[in-house]
Amino acid sequence: MQKKRKLGRGVAVVGAGMSKFGMFRDKDSKDLFAEAFGEMLTSVDKGFDPNDIEALYLGNFSNDFFMHQSHWGPIISDLIGLAPKPATRTEGACASSALALREGVFAIASGFYDIVLVGGVEEMSKRSTEEVAEGLALATVPYEGRVGFTFPGVFGALATAYFAKYGASREHLMNVTIKSHSNAPLNPKAQFPYSIEDMMTMKIEGAKKKGKPVPHWDDEKAFLRDPSANPVVAWPMHLYDCCPISDGAACMLLVGEELARNFTDNPLYVVGIGQGSGKGLHAAADLTTMEATKNAADEAYGMSGLKPEDIQFSEVHDCFSIAELIHIEDLGFFKPGQGYKAVEEGLTRRDGPMPINTSGGLKCKGHPVGATGIGQLFEVWKQLRGEAGERQVPKKDLRIGAAHNLGGTGGTCTFTIFERR
Amino acid sequence: MEERPFSDISYEQYLKEEKLMGSRCRKCGALFVPPRSICIKCFGSEMEWVEMKGEGQLHAFTCITVAPPFMMAQGYDRKHPYCSGVVELEGGVKVDARIDGVDATKPEDIKIGMPVKVKFLHWGEGENRETYLAFEPA
Repeated sequence: MQKKRKLGRGVAVVGAGMSKFGMFRDKDSKDLFAEAFGEMLTSVDKGFDPNDIEALYLGNFSNDFFMHQSHWGPIISDLIGLAPKPATRTEGACASSALALREGVFAIASGFYDIVLVGGVEEMSKRSTEEVAEGLALATVPYEGRVGFTFPGVFGALATAYFAKYGASREHLMNVTIKSHSNAPLNPKAQFPYSIEDMMTMKIEGAKKKGKPVPHWDDEKAFLRDPSANPVVAWPMHLYDCCPISDGAACMLLVGEELARNFTDNPLYVVGIGQGSGKGLHAAADLTTMEATKNAADEAYGMSGLKPEDIQFSEVHDCFSIAELIHIEDLGFFKPGQGYKAVEEGLTRRDGPMPINTSGGLKCKGHPVGATGIGQLFEVWKQLRGEAGERQVPKKDLRIGAAHNLGGTGGTCTFTIFERR
Repeated sequence: MEERPFSDISYEQYLKEEKLMGSRCRKCGALFVPPRSICIKCFGSEMEWVEMKGEGQLHAFTCITVAPPFMMAQGYDRKHPYCSGVVELEGGVKVDARIDGVDATKPEDIKIGMPVKVKFLHWGEGENRETYLAFEPA
């Protein structure tokens, strides 16, 4: 049973910015956040004085590990001229900045603040793949890391359970990858703005240039089946099932609902915020579903009074292809065991009835973990305001969009619903 | 049985002694592996140790080629993958474990539901000796 939940005061989003995501040798966390903050300032339609921001909530998972530097709240607060105002860091692994948004919403809803900046940042690419795997594995459940599970490994295990229960296969995971990559070329901020066909062409051109044997694939799935193009990482997770290692930042300006029109005639309202916790692989009753996602969805639907069929499009945490299938079921968009069929039938394409990850998803847009939650909501902001350019969802009267963010191996999940009125 | 605290440290100590141990709530009978000190079914805190037989079925698995540093130190890498999994034991409880005695380069041959039995993998010497919970095909 859903419990009716409500905020003490409504909260609106009136500005948003996101850095380009990617692997940047010449940019650090501060540079990336400055880029996101700069865009946020220009996105506030009626303009505003940044001195009016009263507090910062900042998501960051583990720059401590990746950059040997902790305590990013005040560093970023000083960067953007907010100090000595309060800065609070939130940590929920890859859901860190969705938690920052939630805290910002609660701070305004309580009446304590009127104008709050929420954001996230992560800088990962200056470490080797193995080191990043080790860093991310800090967010597994201790028993998982101990016996060698990496992040891709945990999701690989979920995939084997999903395959066994529903009869799905690797071919169905490939459909998720191909769909995400079909959206990515339309997102100028994506780390990999390429379709799978683009990737095939690039490999062929690369081989020709180097005078190496020129590969040939009959189609996208043949490419994804080829272990030289798509090597295994943690079976059945292959390279193209996994999000990349990324750097990036994102932020949003939240204000009390009654103040929103001072900033823009086109605000978005935070109508649902849900969060949940999970117990890890060994304690989950069923590995084809995530309790944390279901709890987050229950909270968000309960607060908004909306049902899954009311959500017109959603960003969904596809750190690995299997995660997208599990979550589109847990969020109620499709029935259990039907997610892989829905993707196969094209229902989650940008022009389908339930567009999922129009941004290209974490797979293509990139996954700077602490920035991802608000990065996903940046896409919802763009879509709902009709500013998504070529990747705009072709539905009439787009009003309600959502984002699902996952941290760890399902330890923290959030579901956030925005509405344009 | 001797009274050790119902903790992860005790769980690891028992693994070193080649025992797979869980805790059972004296009040409601709920079984937990690894052990819990607080029963999450009835919130009782009176626990007793239970030694598991170590027989079960493979519930989920993965074969990992991109290994973390501590597994690379044990000789695993892109050419030498290893298998980790979730095993369902007697009483329906599940544990995370290494899966030994399977060919991790041929994951298609590893079957969910396959019967497995416990094995204890030791690594290192003296004070640095580590023991990892593992299972192999029964």
